[in-house]
Amino acid sequence: MPTRMTRLSANIHGWLLLLPAALLLGAFTHLPAVATFWHSLHTTPKARRPARFVGLDQYRTMLEDPVFLQALWNNLLYALVTIPASVVLAILMALWVNQRLAGRGFLRMAYFAPTVLPMIAVANIWLFFYTPDYGLIDQVARSLGFGATNWLGERDTVLGALMVMTIWKEAGFFMIFYLAALQQVPPALADAAALEGASRWYFFRRVIFPLLMPTTLFVLVNAVINSFRLVDHVVAITRGGPDNASSLLLFYIYEVAFKFWDTAYGAALTMVLLALLALLALGQYFFLEKRIHYR
Amino acid sequence: MSEPAGGNLMESRGFWRVFETGAAWLLGLLWFLPLIYAAWTAFHPPEFQARFEAFAPLTLLNFAAAWEAAPFGRYFANTIALCAMILAVQLVLVTLAAYAFARFEFFGREVAFALVLVQLMIMPEVLIVENYQTLRKLGLVDTLLGIGLPYMASAFGIFLLRQTFKTVPRELDEAARVEGCSFLMMLWKVYVPLAKPVYVAFGLVSVSYHWNNFLWPLIVTNSVETRPLTVGLQIFSHSDQGIDWALICAATLLTSAPLLVGFLLFQRQFVQSFIRAGIR
Repeated sequence: MPTRMTRLSANIHGWLLLLPAALLLGAFTHLPAVATFWHSLHTTPKARRPARFVGLDQYRTMLEDPVFLQALWNNLLYALVTIPASVVLAILMALWVNQRLAGRGFLRMAYFAPTVLPMIAVANIWLFFYTPDYGLIDQVARSLGFGATNWLGERDTVLGALMVMTIWKEAGFFMIFYLAALQQVPPALADAAALEGASRWYFFRRVIFPLLMPTTLFVLVNAVINSFRLVDHVVAITRGGPDNASSLLLFYIYEVAFKFWDTAYGAALTMVLLALLALLALGQYFFLEKRIHYR
Repeated sequence: MSEPAGGNLMESRGFWRVFETGAAWLLGLLWFLPLIYAAWTAFHPPEFQARFEAFAPLTLLNFAAAWEAAPFGRYFANTIALCAMILAVQLVLVTLAAYAFARFEFFGREVAFALVLVQLMIMPEVLIVENYQTLRKLGLVDTLLGIGLPYMASAFGIFLLRQTFKTVPRELDEAARVEGCSFLMMLWKVYVPLAKPVYVAFGLVSVSYHWNNFLWPLIVTNSVETRPLTVGLQIFSHSDQGIDWALICAATLLTSAPLLVGFLLFQRQFVQSFIRAGIR
């Protein structure tokens, strides 16, 4: 039974242990998040003109900024394509390497290897792939009788080209979580279903897939965060171009704040990103709540 | 082992076995192709770029030329120092904080923990605009410490270790206390050793994250003395001396090599670590 003294010491010890981490977290996560909001309500301070309060003006500018709208739309599209594609591929990969297929050691390694590379290396490799005329993709296309395409230089293909790169890098990462989950499925389940005469597809749909739900939720949350956080490839090879066709939200923030040095507008744009992430957090919370009630 | 009448439903059979093996291999080759292509270009003389002949001569000259063309030695040293510094500080801070959350009932613990978890969603690179201003005020722009600072209190690490520390049986605690252990000694003698695999997992994830990190270091650094490999590689690949793919591929493989080789040698530990870090 805790006495007054031990409760006091628990408080002191607890907070002292937490203090260093709390200071850093506060300085680089919580304070900047609040400061972002505050600065988004002001103008960007210039040498002789200090910041001036302008209320929601930055946000009004934003709504009429075609580049922002384009970047936001691109980012949503990017998330909507890359996430389901990587998740489906990841499940397939996991189902395959979980079997005793010939050469599964190689398969496992091949699927997972891109995950280990820096995005910047991935971007370089794919840049080479996509090079018009010279790159492998155009070489294959030519041997099939198609003409050269400037995959990264055309409005219509550039975002798709980045999506392929992202799927390549992420699917193997998600695969290992599915693989781990599959290996925890009790073999008795498969035996029982087999005795009942269930088909493999039925067994997957009614038993395996539901069992993988927690993994899918975890993977989805991470995938969404990544789709808004990782813009290295945009910085490295397209710089948002051509004509902003491959600009993503964080890349636009980077451009506004570190190319045009409009930090106040950059703050307003960051608020949009923060709002999207908050939405994700809420969604995850309610989804988990629901699942717990369901049980 | 005898299989039940319907066979094992996790394994494909007959036609499907052949089909799935074929599909898995097709995808595997497709997945491996970009790496092979980059390796081919890096290990052959420039005239064999995109020309595939079985007996094309192998060479390491591209690697030597890339190493000469940019201060990659310095970049390597920077990245290694950066990863080591971040991991060292992380291990200390994360251990202390996780211990506090797992074993001390202090006022505001739940709220504090929720605030820590915020960082899982809002990672430091999302707040580049404000964090750069903070670094400027601290005079830490273009320093390794500046690159590392926002990442040193890792919510992910705190979360991971707290889970582990909570599974340490209270009896061990009591026993150590009876022996006259102080609470810090207890942490060091009981909790840390028991969490060893988690530390390995966290360490691998942390090092591969910071080895590969790009946007934030790109913003913070502007000199050879601080640039990590990723930023150096980017500058090297986009210098205006014309594009030499053989050199770029060599440099790309060079910068990724330590992680890639580490992964190939310790595949099991790598995968286990990522899984351990992910399932919580």
